[in-house]
Amino acid sequence: MSYARPHAGVQPVTHLWRKIPVSDLGFSSPTRLEDGKLSIDIDELTGLLQSDPNVREARLAIARPGESVRIIPVKDVIEPRLSLIPGVPVFPGVFSAWNPDVDGIASGEIVSLSGMVVTTVGSIVGFQEGLIDMSGPGARYSLFSGKLHLVLDVTVREGMGRHDHERTVRLAGLKASNYIAGSVMKHPPRTDIRETLVNPESPGSPASPGRAGGKGKPRIAYLYMLQSQGLLHDTYYCGVDVKTMPPRRILPTEALFGAILSGNCVSACDKNTTYHHQNNPILLDLLRRHGTDLEFAGCVITNENVTLGDKQRSSTLAAELVASLVPDGVIISKEGFGNPDADLMMNCSKIEAHGIKTVLLTDEFAGQAGASQSLVDTHPKADAIVSTGNANEVTVLPPMEKVIGDDRVITTLAGGSSKSRLPDGSIAIELQALIGSTNQLGFERLSSRFK
Amino acid sequence: MGAVSRNGKYRIVHYLNQFFGGVGGEEKADCRPFTIKGPQGPGRLLEKLFREGNADVEIVATVVCGDSYFAENQESVLREWIPVIREHRPDLVVAGPAFNAGRYGMACGAICSTLEPLGIPAVTAMFKENPGVDQYRKTALIVESANTVSGMEDAVRKMVRLGIKRLHGEEIESPQAEGCFEQGIRRNYLHADPAWRRAIDMLLRKIGGEPFETEYPIPFFDRVEPRPALPGLKGITIALVTSGGIVPTGNPDHIESSSASKFGKYSLEGLESADATTHQSAHGGYDTTYVNADPNRVLPIDVFRELEREMGFKPHPWYYATVGNGTSVDNAQKFAKEIAVELIRDGVQAVILTST
Amino acid sequence: MAKEIERAGIPVAHICSIITISQTVGANRIVPAVAIPHPLGNPRLPPGEEKEVRRNLVKKALAALQTTIQEQTVFS
Repeated sequence: MSYARPHAGVQPVTHLWRKIPVSDLGFSSPTRLEDGKLSIDIDELTGLLQSDPNVREARLAIARPGESVRIIPVKDVIEPRLSLIPGVPVFPGVFSAWNPDVDGIASGEIVSLSGMVVTTVGSIVGFQEGLIDMSGPGARYSLFSGKLHLVLDVTVREGMGRHDHERTVRLAGLKASNYIAGSVMKHPPRTDIRETLVNPESPGSPASPGRAGGKGKPRIAYLYMLQSQGLLHDTYYCGVDVKTMPPRRILPTEALFGAILSGNCVSACDKNTTYHHQNNPILLDLLRRHGTDLEFAGCVITNENVTLGDKQRSSTLAAELVASLVPDGVIISKEGFGNPDADLMMNCSKIEAHGIKTVLLTDEFAGQAGASQSLVDTHPKADAIVSTGNANEVTVLPPMEKVIGDDRVITTLAGGSSKSRLPDGSIAIELQALIGSTNQLGFERLSSRFK
Repeated sequence: MGAVSRNGKYRIVHYLNQFFGGVGGEEKADCRPFTIKGPQGPGRLLEKLFREGNADVEIVATVVCGDSYFAENQESVLREWIPVIREHRPDLVVAGPAFNAGRYGMACGAICSTLEPLGIPAVTAMFKENPGVDQYRKTALIVESANTVSGMEDAVRKMVRLGIKRLHGEEIESPQAEGCFEQGIRRNYLHADPAWRRAIDMLLRKIGGEPFETEYPIPFFDRVEPRPALPGLKGITIALVTSGGIVPTGNPDHIESSSASKFGKYSLEGLESADATTHQSAHGGYDTTYVNADPNRVLPIDVFRELEREMGFKPHPWYYATVGNGTSVDNAQKFAKEIAVELIRDGVQAVILTST
Repeated sequence: MAKEIERAGIPVAHICSIITISQTVGANRIVPAVAIPHPLGNPRLPPGEEKEVRRNLVKKALAALQTTIQEQTVFS
């Protein structure tokens, strides 16, 4: 079955987003939502996950805001969602083939469970996985500390390679998320919050205004950079590894459907988990304000690859695509740090060369003392930067009563060191190790300034 | 607030050079350090203005040292005199003002920067072109003063205002607002708005031609003059250095996968190549699958050996490695300086640096 | 690091994947490498060819060290 993308100039693709609040989690059969409490059939869900021959064991746990719980090492965080559009799955391209240019997402409804997330942990695959504290000083740094977590602790088959290990855990999270959303929607609850999101017109269509002139509203585009540097640094668009894909325009609400998902276990502070993509606040705000005080010109996704040639090609093409949306300005968000600073600066300078204004979102690695250079690459055109904080700054986290996962890895996490453990059981660790603490989609309020 | 003196006053130790300490001018600049009980010279004004600001202080001691003597013996002066200052159990140490006196400014900066990590608050004052400002602004609170002694009262007033806050244990959030030089240190804080909203607001202002303030001003990186070319390779000692984290298997020095706090020095003696059993990557910032399978992909030991035989250069028997992932530029500089000292000592004439 | 070692008086050839970063941080003799996870190799090539790639990069670095330059120079 295919649902063709509407032609330019016809009705813009519109999505009704229903958010079902979840106020508590528990284990009991069957899986259902009653009075806001989500009960999960532990045997059914573990059975489903363990039906994958690569999964040796899947253990489930629950963590609630305010509890003395540390979840570590976290791989991904996912918000359960279900598409009510016939033939359109969430996480398109993951469990079935999907070509976004042919099977475009039609107008219709999507449902999400809000207040809860599925969080995957398990033995460490890479150095840069991180932690979530459900209370204490660490809870200040991440929106995830305010969510109910269904935690999947996945052990993979012995002798498995790192790439397969990562993939197995990633798919387990998505399966659990689909299972929960699907089970709840068998008996849809009456209480929900509804919101309508209207995508911008394609440029060139009759309804699409040109660049703001005179009293026109400012036209803003969004360049969405996705980490794509190989194992544990990968991101997928409709099932395709974005490092293999040139930059492209996307329908902004595709993000709601999980079209962009994280295969990214690094770096904890500034990787975008799947949750972050599903709820990208830049995309959502531009969609909400579209047609009011601004025009949302559209969204381009691009990658952050490992060769100079790829970086140059991607940034040139991304700048062309952004320019084709005829915006007055563009927001550019980065993912990760270090060499992606080079991608960020190329994107910025090449877009500014088209006469389009840029604002960049980036975190900083200014050293623990804050005395060092924050970015490894710069450009004079990068004169409008929003800082999401210095990820090297050290915070002290007291011990938690309960650990979900394995906290022995804490000294080897990026941001930790052999000196991390303090005599009283606390750990002194860089914000780098806290999931989402310096998120560059701008979820958090943390920033940095000169003292 | 800490220990106060016998009569309940805040205890201050004041540092002065030979001139303000009453010893003499430049001809006495080699004067060795000594202590005077109570205030001396500008110390009297300092006490008076503290009291006018309702801070009951007492300068319990004044330490005086000649500018040249300090400059030539900085390490030993600090080693011997910081404990002397601590013995006075000061609640605050004031150094200077140094105005535009370069060696005096360097001394004031060094003293304040040494005391701060020991938990002893310190303040000093200098003219903006004093070399002590550039050297110590990150590690000391330096009040901006005029360039000559005519600005004494103004400088002391500012030091007193800042000093009172420090005596009260107040965190100095914005040194600039206190009349100090910005320290150039990045410090996190919670903004009232999430970053996504600030980004969209900033862009609307930029598009509208309204003033906006970047949250991270792009710094200027300095440059180094290129070294002259090697005349040839015959007999030249060349060292391998890498930021790609190649270490002997097991990472014996526990170099961190990110924000490395150290570098390692490892032998190349007798090695014709590196493989999965001898070396690994400790780097956390890239997919290490390929380099763990063949470490030569980051540290080219195999071809280095081949080219050694063909071209006649001498490989340095040690290589240096660190992890350039989230490692601050300051740390990288520090490692490089330490490595360079050893390389020069060992007669290395050129370096091949590999990075991921 | 390249800059600081050079400041101390030793010429440095910097083999690195992302030369714009090397330029920003101030290396003088810059040799572009293959890719971040394998700057001096390419796992997709047969071993012999891969080694040849590595050999050429190191030879380029050695040549760079013997070349007089006035400013930052990329040896590609």
